[in-house]
Amino acid sequence: MTRQQAAASQQERSLRAVESPAERLTMVQAINQALKAEMERDETVLVLGEDVGRDGGVFRVTEGLLDAFGSERVMDTPLAESGIVGFSIGLAAAGFRPVAEIQFMGFLYPALNQLFAHAARMRNRSRGRTHLPMVVRMPYGGGIHPPEHHSESYEALLVNTPGLKVVVPSTPYDAKGLLASAIRDEDPVVFLEPKRIYRAFREEVPSEPYTVPIGKAKVVKTGTDLTIIAYGSMVRQALEAHDALARDGISAEVVDLRTLSPVDAGTIIESVTKTGRAVVVHEAPRTGGFGAEIVALINERALVHLKAPVERVAGYDVVFPHALLENHYLPNRERVVAAAKRALEF
Amino acid sequence: MPRKIIHQAVTERLEILDKDGRVDKTLLPDLSDDQLLTLYRMMIQMRKLDEKALNLQRQGRTGTYASLRGQEACQAGMALAMEPQDWLVPSFREHGIMTLRGIPAHLIYAFWKGDERGDLFPEGVNCLPPSIPVGSQLLHAAGVGMALKLRQAAAVAVGFAGDGASSEGDFHEALNFAGIFQTQTVFLIQNNQWAISVPFKRQTAADSIAQKAHAYGIQGIQVDGNDVLAVYAAAKEAVDRARSGGGPTLVEALTYRMENHTTADDAIRYRPAEELLYWRERDPIDRMRKFLVSRKLWNDKKEVALAEEAAAAIEAEVERLEAMPAPSPVEMFETMYAQMPWNLQEQRDEMAREVGR
Ligand SMILES: Cc1ncc(C[n+]2csc(CCOP(=O)(O)OP(=O)(O)O)c2C)c(N)n1
Repeated sequence: MTRQQAAASQQERSLRAVESPAERLTMVQAINQALKAEMERDETVLVLGEDVGRDGGVFRVTEGLLDAFGSERVMDTPLAESGIVGFSIGLAAAGFRPVAEIQFMGFLYPALNQLFAHAARMRNRSRGRTHLPMVVRMPYGGGIHPPEHHSESYEALLVNTPGLKVVVPSTPYDAKGLLASAIRDEDPVVFLEPKRIYRAFREEVPSEPYTVPIGKAKVVKTGTDLTIIAYGSMVRQALEAHDALARDGISAEVVDLRTLSPVDAGTIIESVTKTGRAVVVHEAPRTGGFGAEIVALINERALVHLKAPVERVAGYDVVFPHALLENHYLPNRERVVAAAKRALEF
Repeated sequence: MPRKIIHQAVTERLEILDKDGRVDKTLLPDLSDDQLLTLYRMMIQMRKLDEKALNLQRQGRTGTYASLRGQEACQAGMALAMEPQDWLVPSFREHGIMTLRGIPAHLIYAFWKGDERGDLFPEGVNCLPPSIPVGSQLLHAAGVGMALKLRQAAAVAVGFAGDGASSEGDFHEALNFAGIFQTQTVFLIQNNQWAISVPFKRQTAADSIAQKAHAYGIQGIQVDGNDVLAVYAAAKEAVDRARSGGGPTLVEALTYRMENHTTADDAIRYRPAEELLYWRERDPIDRMRKFLVSRKLWNDKKEVALAEEAAAAIEAEVERLEAMPAPSPVEMFETMYAQMPWNLQEQRDEMAREVGR
């Protein structure tokens, strides 16, 4: 974020605090509001993807946009993910701000060539001359008992691709503000939406546009005994574990990363330096998952403060199971609590 | 140095049986009365399979389900054209032909219930698990068709996909590979005119999918996909050609998705009700029944008997489904690799401790 952007976001926040009305929205509604607001604010913002127009998206995230902005700004595309992302690259290179939807993260793979080989590199390859202010948003993760390929979370692939920013909100408020930041960002941002909590709860969301900065984690609960680090839908698991631990007199701090790339090392290290113990939670497979990066960061920067090895609670190293076994795969409160106790009893 | 035409293409459309059950006798494929009745029986079985699946989903006894209603002729026509040794490479709307190839319906239901064991097909059935990533399976059909060619097998691979799939790169790569290597493959595209909410017009500016065959140097034909005789005729021609080394074919069957995309979809949001009425009059089963009746091969009594037989067969399959014990959570580790690596062993043991098995 540039200093100007920071200042603007600061200003919007203070405005909101004074006068903005708020509604209780789900994450789907909050994202929808952000899209609408950014399209109103900037006519170069375009929305494209499979079923995003007439149908309003299979999760209704883009509902009403076609009627509000017309079929040149809200494009139902052919069924082709590589096409959607590659086309967006062209649009972005030539002055638009495309917000592309991939219907599910499990269907992103045909587009990885475009995303990795071009979107992530254009600024660098053109030595800064051409940049791509584009967003690729998609629902990710498990928990809705769908057919195969609708539950994947391969964020580690994206984080391991220099040139992309990777953002994962866990609340309606953050979703709206982070998506606004992503759309205004000058570089490609992959915006991962935890579909399991698309409609799981509502939260006060200001009607006015506002931004939440990319690259900034949030301490959701302060505590002293250990730090639980999570993102996306796993923040709910972390908070439940926090409450369960509290009943046993254990004070857990919960950090919601919100951005995976660039990750907010400062907040993580500050917290772990204080608590000396950490548990990282994600639903993606354990091996090579983003948790490994967090563990490495902590080892590099806070080793001397550690009182126990950092624990990982993650999905297993298997294909995401079909619906009947899904709940056995996904990390839950019990697994987070057990990991916390291992760290505490080390 | 003239400017001259280097390629001119003609694409055919085949119709044999019209909506009122009348046939063009000159085009009628060479089928015995028994085979004609088999085609009809197959379609009735598929419709029962489908209706039951929708019921089970509504009652919460299975999960999200993709209906094949309206597409029975596409699948029956191809099923009759195929030989037992042939390979089926399906996407997610082909459970009709999957059952016709020997996969019991309870496995189909198990798959849609979210049970991986639904993909464990009986020995001897050459069928890959249904592919949900749209279009990706067509390359497998090209590869299987190549393997069959290398082995000099008198068998073909039949890859299925929808109209939406024709927009994916994999579709084009599959046709290209099949053309270059002259694989023993038939591609059957069920153009049901909708890819969820996106109409066929949004998948291509061309008039048809069939004509895309020309660009890859392979044969292509469009058929009335609600006309089981036309589908059979085109499928048989294509399968015979591939089997005898004559190269791959793209068959486009023009049909209609009579139901929502899946049970998670609500088609009223995006498609006009008149369309449904238009296509209801062109139902593949009704027109075949009229034809069989006109040939004195069919009557109400036989209809009732077949309906009862098909319903009983499906009920027996539902019982088999519900008699399946719940899958054990440790199963998710068991079939990842030929040999289970240490990390999976550890994780499986952890899971086993957790669930007490
Ligand atoms: C690669 C990929 N992208 C998106 C999806 C989500 N999706 C599932 S089915 C479907 C539409 C498929 O349309 P079509 O190929 O015409 O087949 P039909 O469903 O009509 O049988 C979409 C977009 C998917 N399964 N795979």
